[in-house]
Amino acid sequence: MKVEIDNLTISFPSPQGMRAAVRGVSLTLGAEKLGIVGESGSGKSLTARALLRLLPGSAVVRADKLNFDGIDILKASERDMRAIRGRRAGLILQDPKYALNPIMTAGAQIAEAWQNQRKASRKEAMQAAIDLLAQVQIRDPKRVAESYPHELSGGMGQRVMIAMMLAPDPELLIADEPTSALDASVQAEILRLMEDLVSRRGMGLMLISHDLPLVSHFCDRVVVMYAGQVMEELQAGELVRAKHPYTRGLLECLPSLSHPQTRLPVMSRDPAWLA
Amino acid sequence: MISVQDLVVRFGPVEAVRGVTFAVGEGQSFGIVGESGSGKSTVLRALAGLNDDWSGRMTIGGVALGPKRGRAFFRRVQMVFQDPYGSLHPRQTIDRALSEPLIVHGIGDADRRIRQALAEVALPSSVRFRFPHQLSGGQRQRVAIARALMCEPEVLLLDEPTSALDVSVQAEVLNLLADLQDRRKLTYVMVSHNLAVIAHLCPQLGVMQGGEMVEMLSASDLRAGRVSHPHTADLRRLSTELEEA
Repeated sequence: MKVEIDNLTISFPSPQGMRAAVRGVSLTLGAEKLGIVGESGSGKSLTARALLRLLPGSAVVRADKLNFDGIDILKASERDMRAIRGRRAGLILQDPKYALNPIMTAGAQIAEAWQNQRKASRKEAMQAAIDLLAQVQIRDPKRVAESYPHELSGGMGQRVMIAMMLAPDPELLIADEPTSALDASVQAEILRLMEDLVSRRGMGLMLISHDLPLVSHFCDRVVVMYAGQVMEELQAGELVRAKHPYTRGLLECLPSLSHPQTRLPVMSRDPAWLA
Repeated sequence: MISVQDLVVRFGPVEAVRGVTFAVGEGQSFGIVGESGSGKSTVLRALAGLNDDWSGRMTIGGVALGPKRGRAFFRRVQMVFQDPYGSLHPRQTIDRALSEPLIVHGIGDADRRIRQALAEVALPSSVRFRFPHQLSGGQRQRVAIARALMCEPEVLLLDEPTSALDVSVQAEVLNLLADLQDRRKLTYVMVSHNLAVIAHLCPQLGVMQGGEMVEMLSASDLRAGRVSHPHTADLRRLSTELEEA
């Protein structure tokens, strides 16, 4: 499995004509962990969604190359896309409260995802769901399988989402701010779990977040986006050696426990970054 | 300025806050950190008069607080919420949002005060007749802060004021809050899940877990790792682990 994005542009119609929200983004991803970091409006989520063709109908997508494992996403039929979405590539969203079906038990939702591509009985599917819940380190998988989403905590809900996305054995996992709605202690657990599962299954992971230090902790490579463009690509361990003033700015304006500052530096945005 | 003693807040049979005590001096900042469900926001909401079912003793400026708060209370104490989009009326202009506290409290000279308030939070005067959806998240939070300051309160209660903002905007809003406190001698109580944000603005802080304030310490003790409760140590470790990455 290889994701190749070359010169991707996504535009939306506005009263002033077409406005590009993503401008000339290029990146590749194999069986590795890639982080995409940027502030709101940087185009990080749009880039990931373009890969699954999950953009609003008004979006105009152009690219020299937008491939998932050799399949041209721009030309693929809706039937081809259905074979990718939720099967070969899973998407995990920020808030499990909204992403899970409120009137189905967690187990039934995972079983449905598992059955999606297999011929199996409902009983087998339920057993598979309970296995998957155990794999995402839920202590009492049977009870959780029988629970409805509102009966689960945020961290538990996100584990259910991950179990559901892992059910069809995908090759790529796209996680869009998977832990932003969670407490710091749960956040670390969920990311460690995702990292572990992805490495063990040899999957690719695209982790989208606004949190640069967090992402660099869990990914191999980090792409920093600003206003629809890639500013810089870094090896995760080299965060301290980031060169681009935008990346440096993002790091410096964070209040820190170990390095107190009386006044936080404020980022000055240089129009030349978008040249 | 603020004193809270043995505060207990109940939601039906559940005790969300179980005997919290702290005090904040005039012109000082006190921070409360904790995870979701620890009761930190509930303490703030009880102080603001948004939760009725509480017991214990709370005073602000020497005046004991009752279950219902009068107009005079809200003139002295104002609150800023996490999500400025939720706390501003979507169909009212910024001008209207900022005039309302003046009308409620019978304060005149609205035009000058609104212009001054916008200048104070570093917003251009052009936002005055716009609607909330036409502003960015950071600008909206500045409007929410300006609105809280309209009736010249002495105390600001800040509930996760920067959690919904981008980090670069968070830095600007934290600097703004520090400047305003300097200029107006405001007293802050700030709630956040982010230890570094709290330590940046508040020299004194309390750590909450399961409705109890398990530890009170100074920001410098926290930075140096002089903590006594295991939960504080856990939160500190999570926060510093990522910084050192």
